[in-house]
Amino acid sequence: MRFNHGLIGGVAALGLLAGAAAAEPVKVGMVTTLSTGGGYLGQDVRDGFILALEMAGATDRVELLVEDDGLEPENGVQIAERMVERDGAEVMTGIIFSNVAMAVVPKLVRGGMIYLSPNAGPSALAGKGCHENYFNVAWQNDDLHAAMGAYVAGQGFDNVYLLAPNYPAGKDALTGFKRFYKGNVAGEVYTQLGQTDYAAELANLRAAGPDAVFFFYPGGMGINFVKQAAQAGISQEIPFFGPAFSFDDTLLDAVGDAAVGIKNTSQWSPDLDNEANKAFVAAFKDKYGRYPTLYASQGFDTANLLLSAMDAVGDDVSDQAAFREALRAADFVSVRGDFRFGPNQHPIQDIYVREAYVDDSGNVTNRIVGMVLEDHADAYAAECAM
Amino acid sequence: MLLFLEQLLNGVQLGMTLFMMAAGLTLVFGVMNFINLAHGSLFMAGAYVAAAVVAATGSFLLGLVAGVAVAALFGVVLDRVIVRPLAGRGHLDQVLATFAVILIANETVRLVFGRQPLALDPPGWLAGTVEILPGVPYPLYRLAVILVGLLVMAGLWLLVMRTRVGMWVRAGATHPEMIQLLGVDIGRLNGLIFAAGAALAGLAGIVAGPFIAIQSGMGEAILILAFVVVVIGGIGSVLGAAIGALLVGVGDTLGRAYLPALVHELAPAGTAEGLGPALASMGIYLLMALVLALRPKGLLGR
Repeated sequence: MRFNHGLIGGVAALGLLAGAAAAEPVKVGMVTTLSTGGGYLGQDVRDGFILALEMAGATDRVELLVEDDGLEPENGVQIAERMVERDGAEVMTGIIFSNVAMAVVPKLVRGGMIYLSPNAGPSALAGKGCHENYFNVAWQNDDLHAAMGAYVAGQGFDNVYLLAPNYPAGKDALTGFKRFYKGNVAGEVYTQLGQTDYAAELANLRAAGPDAVFFFYPGGMGINFVKQAAQAGISQEIPFFGPAFSFDDTLLDAVGDAAVGIKNTSQWSPDLDNEANKAFVAAFKDKYGRYPTLYASQGFDTANLLLSAMDAVGDDVSDQAAFREALRAADFVSVRGDFRFGPNQHPIQDIYVREAYVDDSGNVTNRIVGMVLEDHADAYAAECAM
Repeated sequence: MLLFLEQLLNGVQLGMTLFMMAAGLTLVFGVMNFINLAHGSLFMAGAYVAAAVVAATGSFLLGLVAGVAVAALFGVVLDRVIVRPLAGRGHLDQVLATFAVILIANETVRLVFGRQPLALDPPGWLAGTVEILPGVPYPLYRLAVILVGLLVMAGLWLLVMRTRVGMWVRAGATHPEMIQLLGVDIGRLNGLIFAAGAALAGLAGIVAGPFIAIQSGMGEAILILAFVVVVIGGIGSVLGAAIGALLVGVGDTLGRAYLPALVHELAPAGTAEGLGPALASMGIYLLMALVLALRPKGLLGR
């Protein structure tokens, strides 16, 4: 038996060697969040990225290094330095949270590294702090909130209650919402980051008597808030709205029926009607046995953008000017349909309203209700001088 | 006024969950002089087992029983593997070892259940709301949590104050050598206390499950609050833990409900919107500092 194992191992190693000899793969460093409550976001970005490589038959063209930052900016900085200095990464990607991104990305791009963001889009990197080496494949942080503000205003609500965690992205979210929503604000509440109990806030919310509620609670906070609101009977009385971050398919599984009917904004949806998306959703379910989230779609698009640019430069990314030019062209088929980069190298894309519903197999998931913003460019692009 | 009563009830409910966590923590700390950071992992274990069993069988009661049993069993194992060998050592060793348990437990949960949070819905007969006061619908499940908390309080009080085992526990806290000389197996007594504390932490996790995301690392946030409760109540005092838990629960809830609006009235616009929630989240720690300044050993500490 031992002999057999050795033999198999040897053959496998030979196979790897052969692959390596054929062409030098491009080393991609992925610093992402795989632990903590936000760990499933990084998992989905990673899995989407790998799936794209496999579907394109490009697993031997890219050598992917993945490491968990544990949602700690200092960890992210160390891992990124190690990947670049020691492992020789040529392209960097993967960061989920804006606080980690702000610690890692500016240093990387100024040091001459190309960075493709599959998720975080802090305003500081979209406006004055934009950089030719920084490409955002997801969205600018405000985008989905702003779209929801436009939708809620368009639906005729004019007395909305707002809630978000008390940290920079929470404040950006409510600012983003108010960009297109000009009605009365029935209450603007900031809660502790990571808060678990929302009984006090929900009682105040009911007493304020708003005609709609907008909230930004990503990850576990969203589960807690939506479940407790449903148990108190509030989300059945007053319509709830939020960005897709509180209603991705993983969260919907945990929240269950309490989320059904809640409208949320996203640049992507599992039912978006295009060939690339249908193939992606089916392959993802098949390979990983779960529904893809918007994060998975962003990881998938990031890999396809990378491959499209590698095609253009013959897998040689050492000529950075040519490689950047190829990235900027965004010559790939996005699962969200139309996709191109604006002047600050952030997406110009359509943003949709989705609603959570129970699908044929009894799973709570999202479907598109309509488009809110067509060809939306973020609000900071004008400040970017590039 | 009605809103205030509702907020008070919310505070009591939070206090009851905290009490179930803090009771075991304070006994283990007070009686065994052992600092157990892994108490939050027991909370997580209870919630995960209950969620898995409820998902498989559809019975909340079965999940409850299984969750409490597994948490207690986990407690027995921790007692044998970590607590006893480190009982005589300093607090630093205990903190290090139990911190390792947190990391191992969180990673194990991630490997077994994956990174996505699990769902645990309240049983159908506890879903929905009841009108406790005219015009104030209140979630039935939160009322049930208050009831469970009261039952646990009463049960613990009876156990500690009215039974022979309880007498040993009280004596063991103050005079461990003496009761050993009187023929009580203190190792077994401590094991019992630890397992009971673990079962209560598991119960707290299950009871909190329908409100919160069941995910790896969920025990740490509540562990910090439970330690605040233990310190306020006085280490080793179950009654102190009950009073401390209610103080923290009510204080935290009322702080979150009223402080931001109050600050908004007093402070200039611009600073107020960040200051209010910041003060509200500091509230219970200010309370703890105040209690410690007046009574350094906690409200009922000796």
